[in-house]
Amino acid sequence: MSILIDKNTRVICQGFTGKQGTFHSQHALDYGTKLVGGVTPKRGGLIHLGLPVFNTVDEAVKNTGATASVIYVPPFFAADAILEAVEAGIELIVCITEGIPTLQMLRVKAAMQGTKSLLIGANCPGIITPDECKIGIMPASIHQAGVIGIVSRSGTLTYESVHQTTLQGLGQSTCVGIGGDPIHGMNFIDVLTLFQADPKTKGIVMVGEIGGSDEEAAAEYIKAHVTKPVVAYIAGQTAPTGKRMGHAGAIVTGGKGTAESKMNALKVAGVEVVNALTDIGVAMQRCL
Amino acid sequence: MNIHEYQAKQLFQHYAIPIPEGRVATTAIEAEKIAQELTHESWVVKAQIHAGGRGKVGGVKVAKTPDEVFTFTQELLGTRLITNQTDVTGLPIDSVLIEKTYPIKRELYLSLLVDRSNECLVFVASAAGGMDIETVANEMPEQIISVTIHPVTGLENIHYDKIASALKIEHAQQARLETIMRGMVELFLAKDASQIEINPLIETDLGELIALDAKINFDDNALALHPDIFALRDVRQEEVKENEAQQFGLNYIALDGNIGCMVNGAGLAMATMDLVKSKGGFPANFLDVGGGTNVEKVCEAFKLILADGAVKAVLVNIFGGIVKCDVIAQGILAAMAQIEVNVPVVVRLEGTNAEQGRALLTNTDFKLYAANDLNDAAEKVVAFAEAAE
Repeated sequence: MSILIDKNTRVICQGFTGKQGTFHSQHALDYGTKLVGGVTPKRGGLIHLGLPVFNTVDEAVKNTGATASVIYVPPFFAADAILEAVEAGIELIVCITEGIPTLQMLRVKAAMQGTKSLLIGANCPGIITPDECKIGIMPASIHQAGVIGIVSRSGTLTYESVHQTTLQGLGQSTCVGIGGDPIHGMNFIDVLTLFQADPKTKGIVMVGEIGGSDEEAAAEYIKAHVTKPVVAYIAGQTAPTGKRMGHAGAIVTGGKGTAESKMNALKVAGVEVVNALTDIGVAMQRCL
Repeated sequence: MNIHEYQAKQLFQHYAIPIPEGRVATTAIEAEKIAQELTHESWVVKAQIHAGGRGKVGGVKVAKTPDEVFTFTQELLGTRLITNQTDVTGLPIDSVLIEKTYPIKRELYLSLLVDRSNECLVFVASAAGGMDIETVANEMPEQIISVTIHPVTGLENIHYDKIASALKIEHAQQARLETIMRGMVELFLAKDASQIEINPLIETDLGELIALDAKINFDDNALALHPDIFALRDVRQEEVKENEAQQFGLNYIALDGNIGCMVNGAGLAMATMDLVKSKGGFPANFLDVGGGTNVEKVCEAFKLILADGAVKAVLVNIFGGIVKCDVIAQGILAAMAQIEVNVPVVVRLEGTNAEQGRALLTNTDFKLYAANDLNDAAEKVVAFAEAAE
C-alpha cells in the first residue's frame, strides 16, 4: 500500500514535448512509472518518447484512461493547465511549475472547490511511491521502498529526509512535496490524513518552513487524529524577518510564521521536533 | 516588489482612492516651489524610502513656510534614513513628497492582503490607526477586524457594512469608505498586488476619508505581466548584491556572519544556516543556487560570497539529484580554478554519485575539504571560521 499513487496509476504529462517535460518524462519511464501519453496544444497526433501526444487533457484521458497528470508548463500557462486537468476529471494533478502568480492560484483553488481533483504543488518536486510510480523531478536513486511517509514544503529537504530514512533502513511508503508557494494544493493535514490511514506507513516525517500557519494547523490535527509517530523539522530558525527566503511562501512578517511558533505548536501536539536537519532519520528510527 | 509612497498614491488616484494634495520633488528648490503652488498654511515633507517607521526618526517633517520646506528637503535629500524597518546602513533618500497638511479627526487603519489559510483576499481594519498594526495586534487585538473576500463573489454589501461598523464610520460617510474599498480591490486584482496598506487612513474634520500614507507590495511572480508596475522599481532601494545574484538565477540574502553558504534549494539553504548557527557559527548569507547547477553559476556564487569581506570560510552544501555529484564536483573545481578563493572551502556532497564527487575534491591544490556528511561539514567550517578570526 501507499498513498495517492501506485504501480497501476496511469499518468499523463502536460507540457510533454517541452524540454522539462521531455527530460523528466524520460526519467519517469525509466523508473517504471505508467506514463501513458502527454499533452501539448497543437501537437496532437505526434508520438513522443514512444507515447501518444494529445491536443487536450480531455482527449488524453478518453484515449488513455489516465487518472493523474503532471504539469511542466511555464508559469503564466500553468493555472490554465491545472484547470484544464480539473475539467477533464483528472483525480491527481501534480504541478511542478515554479513562479505562478498568487492571484491565479487563488482563482484555481476556488474553481477546484467541489470537484474530485486533488492538486499537489505548485512549485514542488512532486510525489513518489518508491519502486512503483514517480511523478516529478526527484532523484530516483535515493529512494527505497519502506514504511515512512514523508511530506514537505521544500524539495531538497524532501530529498534529505528520504536519504536519511534510507540510510536508517526504513525506506519510504510515499513522499509528497506539497510545494513552497503561499497558495498551494494539498496541505500537511490532507497528506497526514492519508498517511494515518495507510497501513504500510509506520511513521511520518513532516518538513515545514517559516511563513504561513500550515504547520500550526497541522499540529492541531496531529494532536487530535494522528496516532503514528511523527518527526518534524522546520527550516528557517535563523532566517531574518521580512525577507523572502527563496520560496515565495517562506517569509516571516509581523512576527507571524516563525520557526519557533511552529516548533512549539508541534511539540505541544506530541510531535518529535528535531532542531537539526541531520537528526531526522535517527529520530524517526527512535520513535518507531 | 515594493514601490515608493508617492508612486502608490499615484496608483490610488487612478482607482479613485482619495489622497492628499501634493507632489514629489528631487531638489530643495523644486520642493519649495511645490509648497508655494499648493497654497496652504503648512506642509509635510516626507522622505521617500522603501521602509516604514520614518516618522520616528525624522523622515517626516511638518513645515510652516515654503522656506522651511526648502530647508527640511535639503536636510533630507542625499542622506540615508535608518528606521526600525531598515538595516543599520539605512536607505537613500533620493526624493521627498511634499503634501498639504490636513486637520485630522481620527486615524484609522485599512489594508488588503492575501489570506493564505483561507485562500481569499482579506481586509484588515482597525480604528486604532497611525501605529504599527503589529503593535495593535499584540496590545489590543479586539481593535482589529478581518473581513475575507471570496475570489468568486468579490466585494459584497456585508463587507462594507462590517468594515464601516468596525471603523465607526457614520452612515453618511459610508459611500466614501466603499469607494476606497472598491478601489483597493480593483487595484489589487488588476496589478497583482500582494499587499495594499493605508496607515493611517484619516478622517478629517470635514468628514472626508483620505489615504495619508500608502504602501503597496506586488507579487514578484506576476511582475512580467505588468510592465507599468515593473517600471516603478527603484533599484537604489534594493540590496545591490541581491539584484546582482538575481541576474544569474541565484537567490542571495546578505546576513552579518562570517561563514559563506552556497546551497542548492531554498529549504536546504535555510536548514544549512540553521545548522551552522547550531554549531556555534554565524552564516554570512543565504544563497540558493537552484537546481541544474553549472560552472558559471558556481563561479558567480563564489564571487558574490567572497565580495563580502567578513567571510572567513565557505560551506558548499549540495544535494545532487538529477545533476550528479561528480558533475557538481567538477563544476566546483572549474570555478575555483577560474577565480581566486583564498579562504577555506568545505564541501558537502550528497545524493547521486556522491562518492565519486567527494573523491574528485580530495587531494587538490585548493584549500578544499570534502566533508563526510552535513554535520561534519558544519563543524569543519565553523572551526575554520573561528581559527581565522
